[in-house]
Amino acid sequence: MSKNTVSDRFRKVDVDEYDENKFVDEEDGGENQSGPDEAEVDSLIRQGNLMGALQAVLKNPPINTKNQNVKDRAEVLVLKVLSSFKSSDIEKAVQALDKNGVDLLMKYIYKGFERPSENSSAILLQWHEKALSAGGVGSIVRVLTARRTV
Amino acid sequence: MKFAWLDFSSKTSEVPGGMAYHSFLLEPITCHAWNKDRSQIALCPNNHDVHIYKKDGAKWTKVQELKEHNGQVTGIDWAPDSNRIVTCGTDRNAYVWTLKGAQWKPTLVILRINRAARCVKWSPKENKFAVGSGSRLISICYFEQENDWWVCKHIKKPIRSTVLSLDWHPNNVLLAAGSCDFKCRIFSAYIKEVEEKPGPTSWGSKMPFGEMLFESSSTTGWVHSVSFSGSGNRVAWTAHDSMIAVADGEKTATISSFVSDSLPLLCVTFITENSLVAAGHDCYPALFVYDAGKGSIAFGGKLDVPKQSAQRGVSARERFQNMDKKATSEREEATLDTLHKNSISQVSILEGGKSKCTKFCTTGMDGGMAIWEIKTLESALKNLKIA
Repeated sequence: MSKNTVSDRFRKVDVDEYDENKFVDEEDGGENQSGPDEAEVDSLIRQGNLMGALQAVLKNPPINTKNQNVKDRAEVLVLKVLSSFKSSDIEKAVQALDKNGVDLLMKYIYKGFERPSENSSAILLQWHEKALSAGGVGSIVRVLTARRTV
Repeated sequence: MKFAWLDFSSKTSEVPGGMAYHSFLLEPITCHAWNKDRSQIALCPNNHDVHIYKKDGAKWTKVQELKEHNGQVTGIDWAPDSNRIVTCGTDRNAYVWTLKGAQWKPTLVILRINRAARCVKWSPKENKFAVGSGSRLISICYFEQENDWWVCKHIKKPIRSTVLSLDWHPNNVLLAAGSCDFKCRIFSAYIKEVEEKPGPTSWGSKMPFGEMLFESSSTTGWVHSVSFSGSGNRVAWTAHDSMIAVADGEKTATISSFVSDSLPLLCVTFITENSLVAAGHDCYPALFVYDAGKGSIAFGGKLDVPKQSAQRGVSARERFQNMDKKATSEREEATLDTLHKNSISQVSILEGGKSKCTKFCTTGMDGGMAIWEIKTLESALKNLKIA
């Protein structure tokens, strides 16, 4: 059998990148999105104002930025807030959110499912149940169809 | 594989509320179109053909099979006055069918596309039709008398993905298009060879062929369906991110949207100037009401009269099993209590037009067709307000 002596690097080229008709999303300029304010959220948690902490952590979501660190930090912060709630208080907290808030919460919940830690999935599932009754399957559909997410 | 022993004859069932549901097929009805007096329906039974059924008392009998396409028929439209049928399919072709005696005869229309055709609509004056395709463009076809041949012109820019749905403005020139690039747009499809220059509309006054007069800001979902209102001053669309939106030409094209908590809607139509009926993956038609003053859309209610399901007590053992399996102790229905048993893919107006609809029809992936009467719905469902 003859041996292949020519390079086969061409097989690893991503041809879709060079397709001139490739769909490119519009630029939304998310470079200044820094995610929720860690200091503010931490102080609210320490004060025991968990409802306030939830509202604060859902502000400034790093949706448009390409900086993965900002996104990771935001997710960790959100998880911290969600874990501090007592199970019985979750429903009230979700009711206090508006439609956009519920959609955003759903996005963070699914992002949290992607990288499970110690007890995170159990807590997220409790939040998921309450968020689902508030936002319906529509909120999950929007998590799946979002072009840019947290 | 064809199972000859399966009975494919259509079954009609009387449902509470006087609405009729006909089970045509066991396969999805890909698309359908009605003739002028609603005595005949042309539909694609999820294959390469179009079947024409004629109303026969309470039954529907098949009168002809139109076999010409080499791929699934994705769109059918029946011109009411000139009585011509146009069909388009995944074989990249469109055919105009004319009745010669008792037989429908096809004429090929060259669309000049290299991807599947997805939707087709006759213009209000029936002298043109538009075809949306996966080639990321719209083919506007009209008949050229000298050559005795259908020719087409393309609207390309700035469409960047498959065109899923089309709807004509009553002025026969403007065309709304919903596309997989997440946008609803209004284009001018003015063809000087077949019509006079159009007068100004609420969307603009300069309408050369291919001009884009409106483009929606991004939803993040494919736009499944678009509909102009009866006057043409409003356009509504549904998108895959479970949103329904209305743009108002008389208010500098401001967009009002409704973020739904149900599954995506696949089809929408205006039934009055303010009210919309939309249906989709939740298998029931729903009413939405647009309030021009507030610039908002409200959910008007589910338009399906649910059957009264037998109430049965839940035993303690069942409760424990449900808690273990599904983490809930409620007894959940495993069957749908909607008329359609699968997603509704198309809605069409039967009577009253888009301004004062009294009857509409839905077909879906369950192979069934349902006819809904507004008066019956209004009396069956309290609090239903169709503005």
